[in-house]
Amino acid sequence: MSDERPEDTVDESVDEQTDVVVEPEPEPDPNAVPITLNGREIVARKGESIIAAADRHGEYIPRFCYHPRMSAVGMCRQCMVEVDTGRGPMLQPSCMITVSPDMKVETESPTAKRAQEGMIELLLANHPLDCPVCDKGGECPLQDQAFSHGPGESRYVEQKRNYEKPIALSDHVLLDRERCILCDRCTRFADEVAGDKLIHFIARGNATQVNTFPDEPFSSYFSGNTVQICPVGALTAKPYRFKARPWDLEQVESTCTTCSVGCRISVHSSRDELLRFQGVDTGLDTESVNLGWLCDRGRFNFEALESDLRLGAPMVRGDAGLAATTWSSAMQLARQLIDEADSIGLLGGARSTNEGAFAWARLADALDIAHRDAQLGDGLPAEVLGLSRATIGDMSNAATVILVGPDLKEELPVLHLRLRDAVQKGRTKVIEFSSQSTGMTPYAWRSVRHAPGMGPHEIAKTLSDEHVAAQIASGDVVLVAGRSNLAVSEETALAAVRSVLDAVPRAKVLPALRRGNVVGALQLGLAPADAEHGALATLRAAADGHLDLLVLLGADPINDCPDADLARRALAGARRIISIDTFPSESTKLADLVLPAAAFGEQNGSTTNLEGRVSRLNQKVTVNGTARPDWMIAAELAAMLGHDLGVGSVDDVTAAIAASVPAYAQATAEQFESVDGALAVAPTADLPAAAPFEAQPSGYDYRLVVSRKLYDRAVTTAMSPSLAKLAIGAGAHIHPLDLDRVGEPDGAEVKLISSSGSVVLPLIADESVQRGTIWAPFNQPGADITEVVDSSSAVTDVRIERLS
Amino acid sequence: MSRLTDANVALAREIIARYPKKKSALIPLVHLSQQQNGYVTEDAMRHVAELIDVTPAEVYGTASFYEMFRFEPTGKYLINICGTLSCALMGADQLMHHAEHTLGVKAGSTTPDGLITLQHAECQAACTEAPTLQVNYRHRFRVTAADFDQLVDDLRAGKLDGEIPPHGTLGRNRQHIPADRAVGAQHPDDVTTGPAWIEIAEAAQ
Repeated sequence: MSDERPEDTVDESVDEQTDVVVEPEPEPDPNAVPITLNGREIVARKGESIIAAADRHGEYIPRFCYHPRMSAVGMCRQCMVEVDTGRGPMLQPSCMITVSPDMKVETESPTAKRAQEGMIELLLANHPLDCPVCDKGGECPLQDQAFSHGPGESRYVEQKRNYEKPIALSDHVLLDRERCILCDRCTRFADEVAGDKLIHFIARGNATQVNTFPDEPFSSYFSGNTVQICPVGALTAKPYRFKARPWDLEQVESTCTTCSVGCRISVHSSRDELLRFQGVDTGLDTESVNLGWLCDRGRFNFEALESDLRLGAPMVRGDAGLAATTWSSAMQLARQLIDEADSIGLLGGARSTNEGAFAWARLADALDIAHRDAQLGDGLPAEVLGLSRATIGDMSNAATVILVGPDLKEELPVLHLRLRDAVQKGRTKVIEFSSQSTGMTPYAWRSVRHAPGMGPHEIAKTLSDEHVAAQIASGDVVLVAGRSNLAVSEETALAAVRSVLDAVPRAKVLPALRRGNVVGALQLGLAPADAEHGALATLRAAADGHLDLLVLLGADPINDCPDADLARRALAGARRIISIDTFPSESTKLADLVLPAAAFGEQNGSTTNLEGRVSRLNQKVTVNGTARPDWMIAAELAAMLGHDLGVGSVDDVTAAIAASVPAYAQATAEQFESVDGALAVAPTADLPAAAPFEAQPSGYDYRLVVSRKLYDRAVTTAMSPSLAKLAIGAGAHIHPLDLDRVGEPDGAEVKLISSSGSVVLPLIADESVQRGTIWAPFNQPGADITEVVDSSSAVTDVRIERLS
Repeated sequence: MSRLTDANVALAREIIARYPKKKSALIPLVHLSQQQNGYVTEDAMRHVAELIDVTPAEVYGTASFYEMFRFEPTGKYLINICGTLSCALMGADQLMHHAEHTLGVKAGSTTPDGLITLQHAECQAACTEAPTLQVNYRHRFRVTAADFDQLVDDLRAGKLDGEIPPHGTLGRNRQHIPADRAVGAQHPDDVTTGPAWIEIAEAAQ
């Protein structure tokens, strides 16, 4: 893609200078390569392999190792075709041969067919014919192509190779080695795409096998993709293994809402039970969000949706705690609680669909609810969405990407893959600012460490450097902006974003906010009007007893707000609490009324990802119990309260969004069901002012960094047995030299004390942590680090007290 | 302790510095670890991986491709008896049988004293001298049962110490290359011109 641009501009400038009046014939496309494919004249593209050209022109060449999103390796030899470049026809692997002008290709000539059949026969020599008990049977490229391109019978009568069945490559991925045909897809994925080269071909010749280093499992965040691209049944995923036969599965395309990247997925169910998510590649010529890849968290968290712990009926607080009730009495109570309340706060919405967020925003408008926020003081002000927005494609084609935000690998894993891919292909240079090393650090052109809160100073200094300035001037710049540290205030985080935009005002911004539909919720009316009505202000108002009613729309402040003490005081201080959620949480336990909401896969609608792309959510299974979609609850409450929203179906809400929200005018049902979805972006306001933090000496020893890991206590992770066990657990990570200074052994429990609280955590030696700082993962099983975070102070300083 | 010793780490850094990309030193460093320990240990592979910034799986995958790396404890002397056609015709099977009997171990294993590892090998490229064997990759030609017994006796008595170094030992002259003798190599990222044959082909057009 990027190659084409310079040529285009050169052509235009030539036209202008030479004043050519009329061009009788259009310029021949410099990228067009005419070839003959099975006797048909087709136009291939320069640099394209024969197999790719054939794919685009509807000729299927059998293949196992070839994958359009990875480099060609010619491992399996299945795609043999006859190629004539003027020297007579010769057998060649079509994935390894680039098209050249006037090349003649025969994919189905007797010679080609004989070669293809021979390959199938050889591959099947050692491959067990256990298809009836193999998970892949029914959707297996080897099985399918043995039928379509195989000889039909084998001359091989000897004993096949046997291996111990199966071995675990990781917590999720199992390998049956005797089924493996050594196509190099999984190992190539681990190397080229994931960057976690933890699986490799071991040994040689007949003994070759895919394996890990002993005692070092394939613990990649992306390991599930290898199962999806395995062309045989060698790799299977534990959560799906032996659960269903492919022909019993029903599937529908949808959009993953685990984080805000919004990967295209295919949702598979059988007998009304979700069984599998697979990544969908919308194609080489589309603005594919995820290129078909998924992270393991998004892939395997379907387990949570089938959990027995899901909320399935409304619950109301009585003398004996929460007890199930009917929807009609629950809704009457909700109406009564709202009617009685003079002041209401509404938190959440990021878990919801666009339709759910919009309906609740309309209801909040009708009730004059000013205190509202779809974030929980853990992101950036909603105004970042009004900046000139980059798409993921912009980011992966930009000359320079500046990262001022979270560790993408931990929070937005597939965005990390896209950025890593751009770096590996040489398109993009990354300048990273962070307080500890991240998943992007090995690929960054410049990786600048700064003490928490000192980002703006380092950013200004780095960006004024001569070499850095030259790099930035060399092309497009995209700023990936988010919250890198939950132990600094929102204002401090914002100051870092501002300092980049001050230095590079033309930079487009990709907001790295994590929660599923947080961008949709904020854009559709659940953003606070100003910081005085945001999540932290709302929680403070509740804590001070100024809120009669707190509505939690899929929000769990006690676990998700970076200031645990404030969240607890707020939920204690709010007179009444209504919680609309899919799972019981620490916060629903304190609610007066709990309404069960429909979850992912149980409702239709749309969602907005971080680039503003609106895409389809499709229902695949019936709702759990009597749960209802958020929009329906809002619409019914509105009607009961005399503010009819005028919507009777989810499609009505979709239409209402397109009609009343300017940014979503194009996001009609037809448009967002298309391959690329619709972009809903409205550049508007400037960022609010943010004073950079000025360092002051404190009586404390260490400055705190709190950030998310991929696997934490987030509800869909914690409720998925396969994922919950992967959480690293709470701890205070400290540089080994600082650990020596403390004088405690690795793993010893100590007390961390800040000006606002204390917590007992194990100290863990970790070289990725800067000296003078402590890094603690957010929301992990164990003691809660946010006990020491005070959301009102710019940074959090702690000291360590030994318990022994 | 099967990680590289401090002296070998210093040597490893010298070897790494010889290549434009660290990863290129993978095989020389695995050799170095085999010289140190007599075989390639897991700890050594981890250590090599750390030194050249790759994963242990890459080191294991690459090293396990090559016949000369052994991943199990190996005797001071590795005796490979050729079993390919010419040697087989000239009595390699009987020789192997005799060797197993003499040493009291099956092919593929090591004597209890840790001195000799016996194994079967494919063609050693000396078919005119069949049957052949190698002791730490040093040829013995037209080996008879008596020759074999003599060889084992000599090895046990230390008579061949000057001639045959312990398994894994590398040539001394390969390890240190003075700067003025090093050819040097360009980092691939620094290469701006194509290979000469491409230039010739373009000039011809």
